[in-house]
Amino acid sequence: MIDFVVHDEGDSVGVVVVEGVKAGDTISGWIMDQDKEIEFVAASAIPIGHKLAIKPLKAGDTVIKYGVDIGKVVVDIGTGEHAHVQNIKTKRW
Amino acid sequence: MSHDLTTATFSGYRRENGRVGVRNHVIVLPVDDLSNAACEAVAHNITGAMALPHPYGRLQFGADLDLHFRTLIGTGANPNVAAVVVIGIENGWTQRVVEGIAATGKPVTGFGIEQHGDHETIMKASQVAKEYVQWASELRREDAPLSELWVSTKCGESDTTSGCGSNPTVGNAFDKLYPHGATLLFGETSEITGGEHLVAARCRDDAVRERFMFMFNRYQDMINRFKTSDLSESQPTKGNIEGGLTTIEEKALGNIQKIGKECVVDGVLDKAEQPTGPGLWFMDSSSAAAEMVTLAAAAGYVVHFFPTGQGNIIGNPILPVIKLCANPRTVRTMSEHIDVDVSALLRKEMTPDGAGDALLDIMFRTANGRLTAAEALGHREFVLTRLYESA
Repeated sequence: MIDFVVHDEGDSVGVVVVEGVKAGDTISGWIMDQDKEIEFVAASAIPIGHKLAIKPLKAGDTVIKYGVDIGKVVVDIGTGEHAHVQNIKTKRW
Repeated sequence: MSHDLTTATFSGYRRENGRVGVRNHVIVLPVDDLSNAACEAVAHNITGAMALPHPYGRLQFGADLDLHFRTLIGTGANPNVAAVVVIGIENGWTQRVVEGIAATGKPVTGFGIEQHGDHETIMKASQVAKEYVQWASELRREDAPLSELWVSTKCGESDTTSGCGSNPTVGNAFDKLYPHGATLLFGETSEITGGEHLVAARCRDDAVRERFMFMFNRYQDMINRFKTSDLSESQPTKGNIEGGLTTIEEKALGNIQKIGKECVVDGVLDKAEQPTGPGLWFMDSSSAAAEMVTLAAAAGYVVHFFPTGQGNIIGNPILPVIKLCANPRTVRTMSEHIDVDVSALLRKEMTPDGAGDALLDIMFRTANGRLTAAEALGHREFVLTRLYESA
């Protein structure tokens, strides 16, 4: 059972691909590019399609997904926490 | 099922100019907003004639007017269209559209409303539309090789599943079509923001790369000129954010999965321009679904791949739009809109190759005549791109 996917093992976030992930759930992840599996405890409820941090991120850090810069952290994000518009912003526009 | 693309054929309508279409529409095309009523009346009178109402065409000028004509003429010229009745408020611009379409050799007749009124125009245009519909109904499909198929792509209401599921499926299919001489298209200039270096690296040579960066920077300049403190929940959209996409960069990296890993960007087009040879083309275009698909149709594309995450329901009057989706919730709650369900990819129960083959299978079936979900549901979004205010 795959609960979340990660594009590349260097990424800072994974994407939840099942409905109903709650805080405290142990969830299994698939790192697609390297075809590896990992496990995490979700630190918050995370809706389907939304991201969780798979490493601790500090304000000012660059968020990596697909192995590429997708924006900056504006509020610290702990491992397993919901990573979205409340703590990540674009570097463009 | 998997197709041997070297020998695969599709069954289409060969037009007077040699292009092959996969639909056989007779359209009633308004030059301007004022002529929508007459066009809709003709389509109401004649079974099989389809009106394409739109809100523009008056007092446009310069590049914006050029784009208007290019889009209307391109729509009429598209090989999915058998014949065209054009109606405008006056004869001058009406004939300009007629002449543009007539260059393809297909039947086209124009009517100006001034000095005739709606009644007489509708009567005469209906007589011509009836002749066209009966003539088109006797045209027959013939087999054509893959190198004669033009396939465009644009995604919509994307979410994170688009980037890891449905968009890479289009990329897989594009990588398979490219070596067989298909003519492919992608665009959505603003939605490359954050991944422009990756597209630039895929351009065939420096000239193509320069042209791509010119288009990219031109669009960025426009956004910077008009933006407020943010893009007001337009980029990413509210739906994108609901689906988990956080930044334009994240959305862009998902978007460009659609051009696969191997195919090369062979050329760059301005909005609604037609490509001049096979390969993968980038078109400077809006990222709004109906605008981009309308521009792709005007450029002559005959089948469209449309990956969605949260469930964009767009269709087009003349270009069959094939929807694919990897979000299991969307597939469950909006199944009537989805042609290809690739949600099994994210459960590792389907391979990227298998997903690409499933899309190609639907592509062939659609080209051969199967109606897409959007066609069956009556989605005919015809949306013209405007560049600036009218004079």
